[in-house]
Amino acid sequence: MTEANSKSGSFGRIAFWVILVVVGLAIVLTGKPLGEEGLAFHPMAQFEITPLFGDGDISWYTPTNVTKWMGLSVLALVGLLVIGTRGRAIVPSRMQSVGELMYGFIYKMVEDIAGKDGVKYFPYIMTLFSFILFSNVLGLLPMSYTPTTHIAVTAVLAMLVFTFVTVLGFVKNGASFLGLFWVSSAPMVLRPVLAIIELISYFVRPVSHSIRLAGNIMAGHAVVKVFAAFAAVTIMSPLSIAAITAVYGLELLVAFIQAYVFTILTCVYLKDALHPNH
Amino acid sequence: MSVDTKSVADAAEAYEKGPGMPQLDISTFPNQIFWLLVTLGVMYFVLARIALPRISSVLAERQGTITSDIAAAEELKLKAAAAESAYNQALADARAEAQAIVARTRDEIQVDLDAAIAVADAEIAAKAAESEKAIAEIRDGAVDAVKVVAKDTAKAVVASMGFEADAKTLTAAVSARLKG
Repeated sequence: MTEANSKSGSFGRIAFWVILVVVGLAIVLTGKPLGEEGLAFHPMAQFEITPLFGDGDISWYTPTNVTKWMGLSVLALVGLLVIGTRGRAIVPSRMQSVGELMYGFIYKMVEDIAGKDGVKYFPYIMTLFSFILFSNVLGLLPMSYTPTTHIAVTAVLAMLVFTFVTVLGFVKNGASFLGLFWVSSAPMVLRPVLAIIELISYFVRPVSHSIRLAGNIMAGHAVVKVFAAFAAVTIMSPLSIAAITAVYGLELLVAFIQAYVFTILTCVYLKDALHPNH
Repeated sequence: MSVDTKSVADAAEAYEKGPGMPQLDISTFPNQIFWLLVTLGVMYFVLARIALPRISSVLAERQGTITSDIAAAEELKLKAAAAESAYNQALADARAEAQAIVARTRDEIQVDLDAAIAVADAEIAAKAAESEKAIAEIRDGAVDAVKVVAKDTAKAVVASMGFEADAKTLTAAVSARLKG
């Protein structure tokens, strides 16, 4: 038993280091070289999309830095939730208990908010959470690219949720799903007004859902870059580095909180679709 | 001042490049959306097929292990309680038996003792009767001897006075005296 454990443990350690080396090499080899730069503000340059190989046009299938960092998110996910849990231990290893923590966190969220019948959609919600969390956290590496800073990405995520939830609502409840907009606890006079407000707020959901995520992450990254530009000026650099450190700590929090907020809102929308009459 | 001129040049270059926000560059949208959908697909596959079932089974197994361990502990506790009550029962039985043995032994000893006392009483009674008989014989013998001695003494006293006493008178006189 213990021999098998130590064997799989050493395998895991080797796999972990191999992944780390591959990731490091991928970052270094495909990244842009550090140039000599003076005081230059390029806070938006980090969000540019460039092809990984060559300098050609970007068509829909060109491998770009988007591909690279999304691929690294997948690798990180595999590392944590597949390689980390390969021991299937009753008493978990450190990696396994982090994976179980993540699983339990989202599972409990879905169960608490969307109810028992929402648990069926747990893998979809876990996919969303994993993607956003790993994108945000990997995006905090220096010289990285963060897919979730782009409205194109977050809008697709939000529209996926919106479409899924709306279709599910009508499939599960039929026309009574429209009861979501008809507030039966309000006085009869107010109900049409409230219905209009509810309808507008329903269609604004994907907008706020996507812009909240992209806006938060983008703003944080831009702020770090602005402070970083000041670090080139000798007299400003201590203040600048202190500010970067502080903002970086905040960004670490924001990276998690935005993934959490996106996921919990998805759960709330799912609950509305499953139980429109509260 | 070289820093300033350089930054100005950079800013001018960046301005010529086009809009400041790469987020609004629609030409990159198909690329991002395509890779996003690919990534989500791969992540969903990894999670739904491998990671989530595995973690779920690990958690269920752990829950099962904990439950069965608690049940086993409960069972062992019951066994311990049963063993303790059996021990107490055995102790009580042994104590009761010991008391019974003590009582029986005491009764047996009492019976023996009673028999021995009865035998001893009988022996004592026999001895006492025998002794009384011997004492009576001795007393009777003593009275006769006293008569003979008294007769002899009286005869000697009478003779020393110079008279001859006949035996009949002497005997009567001694008898009268002894009675009186």
